[in-house]
Amino acid sequence: MSRAILYDSTLCIGCKACEEACTTRQGLPYNDKVAAEEQTSAHKLTAIRTFGERFSRKLCMHCDEPTCASVCPVKALHKTELGPVVYDETRCIGCRYCMQACPFQVPSYEWTSRTPRVKKCDMCYDRQLAGKPTACTEACPTNATICGEHDDMIREARRRMAEKPNDYYQRIYGLREAGGTSVFVLSAVPFEKIGYNTRIPQESIPPLTWRALSAVPDVVSAGSVLLGGIYWITHRREEVAKAEGPQSKGGRQ
Amino acid sequence: MNLVRRNLTFWRVIFTLIMAGGLWATYLRFVYGLGAVTNLSDRFPWGIWIGFDILCGVGLAAGGFTIVAIVHIFNLEQFKPILRPTILTAFLGYVLVVVALMFDLGRPDRIWHPMVMWNPHSVMFEVAWCVMLYNTVLALEFAPAICERFHLETARKLIKFISVPLVILGVVLSTLHQSSLGSLYLSVPGKLYPLWYSPFLPVFFYISAIAAGLAMTIFEARHSANAFGRSMHLPILSKLASVLAVILAFFLVLRFNDLRHREVLSLLWVPRMETYLFWLEIGLSAVGATMMFLRPVRRSASALYVASLFVIFGFLANRLNVSLMGMEGASGTHYIPKWTEVMVTLMVIAIGFAVFRLVANYLPVFDEPAEEEEEFETVPAAHEHDFALTAGD
Repeated sequence: MSRAILYDSTLCIGCKACEEACTTRQGLPYNDKVAAEEQTSAHKLTAIRTFGERFSRKLCMHCDEPTCASVCPVKALHKTELGPVVYDETRCIGCRYCMQACPFQVPSYEWTSRTPRVKKCDMCYDRQLAGKPTACTEACPTNATICGEHDDMIREARRRMAEKPNDYYQRIYGLREAGGTSVFVLSAVPFEKIGYNTRIPQESIPPLTWRALSAVPDVVSAGSVLLGGIYWITHRREEVAKAEGPQSKGGRQ
Repeated sequence: MNLVRRNLTFWRVIFTLIMAGGLWATYLRFVYGLGAVTNLSDRFPWGIWIGFDILCGVGLAAGGFTIVAIVHIFNLEQFKPILRPTILTAFLGYVLVVVALMFDLGRPDRIWHPMVMWNPHSVMFEVAWCVMLYNTVLALEFAPAICERFHLETARKLIKFISVPLVILGVVLSTLHQSSLGSLYLSVPGKLYPLWYSPFLPVFFYISAIAAGLAMTIFEARHSANAFGRSMHLPILSKLASVLAVILAFFLVLRFNDLRHREVLSLLWVPRMETYLFWLEIGLSAVGATMMFLRPVRRSASALYVASLFVIFGFLANRLNVSLMGMEGASGTHYIPKWTEVMVTLMVIAIGFAVFRLVANYLPVFDEPAEEEEEFETVPAAHEHDFALTAGD
């Protein structure tokens, strides 16, 4: 019961209806100036990018094991059972570790605000809870963006690739990236040619830090015993010397 | 004497300028937000306030736990004379790290959130707790100086009573967060350049912090000797230097072994910025270590000071490489700190020097008065008993 988005860039006509729907839902202004920006930012959570005849779309990938959620010191981000990775602005302290750690460079920050928040796509979590599709899906006139059950989206992607093998580069972006995500992308050309980062680690990232963190109890327990032991030895020598000192002197006399 | 006077005035002018610039930047930061005073961006969210003020600041303050362990755990009494100034350096360092954090956090008013909102899977969460607790430990470790000054016998005895567990706790906490600052970067395998990204980052951060902390102890001793007309304790520092040299040599060998295991040795000869920066970092540390292996260097206060500077700069280069330059390539952007970022950083450092001077003037930080100094000219500035804040000496 987890939701996902499938974006088929071969169907995308670059109309940017998804951008407008997304931005409007956020209550942010959408105009020609915003439309011309080809990057996501705090006031534009999804962006269509143009590569000659082709288009690509950037949005949060909603990783299965999100790095952003694992690194956040106050659990302001978490992966919902429904699939979306959501952000609780009331917890956020603004350390921006999520931005630093996100392999896809997704989270944006309200740099000019005095009480800044992290901004990123939440896969229309509220709409999805109500059983509605994401705003971008609803707005897309060509069905380049669709949403549905996680496994159905993978199946659909595979079906399209199998049906028209000449139209598709035979890989689903998002299937293995960062250990798997909830946003899948299809393309006619290798993904790096339409602006996707193909150097994303193919395994889940949170275990990398957890491996180090899980050693904390070891350091605390073993370290304390070791240090306490060294203290005992080095100071015992002193005590022994003190206790024996006068005696041995007495012995010599 | 004239020279000293002129010198002090010079530093006072610098200090005033830095403070003025820093306060102006502070005003801009808290009124107009991070965007107005930093060159940070969505693609490059951590700048010098994290890379320098925090990563370097915490590392350079590592002398605190190292010397405490040497004196109290290993019971090497001979190092006692440098204990207090080192603890003071560490304590000020950590307080200033928190000050810098207040600038960098988007919501400094929520700095307490990690205390009640837990995420044990986050390295940042662990660092937050360690730094918080270790600040308390350092305050207690320095407290005897305050107790002596104001004759608070009961408090002094109380602290003495808990001193052993306190010392052990301090060393454990330091081990944890010094290494965890490296673990922070374990989460950026695709972003940090492979010359620096390693599963051993936490180990490297820990060992290099110990080396840098000891170098900082030598640095601080020299400056205190100059500023307060105290003994520099050259024989003690010379022993520290030989320990430091061994640690650094060990560290450098580990670094190259790690590169070999990860099969990225070939990157050492690729003509690109990261390569040069890596060699700069290694070169500075190697020169520092080599100097400290030489007996004539260890026997000369000024040569030892220069060697410690090499080690410190090698350390700074390492931390900045990991946090800034090594992250740039994959970020798709370029980061150069804005003048306001630099101003805040300079202000934090200047406050550190000034408060050290102030505290050292009023509290019994140095145990005994100056002995005859071995070979270099002591500048007796302490007797001026200056109330004015001066940026160091």
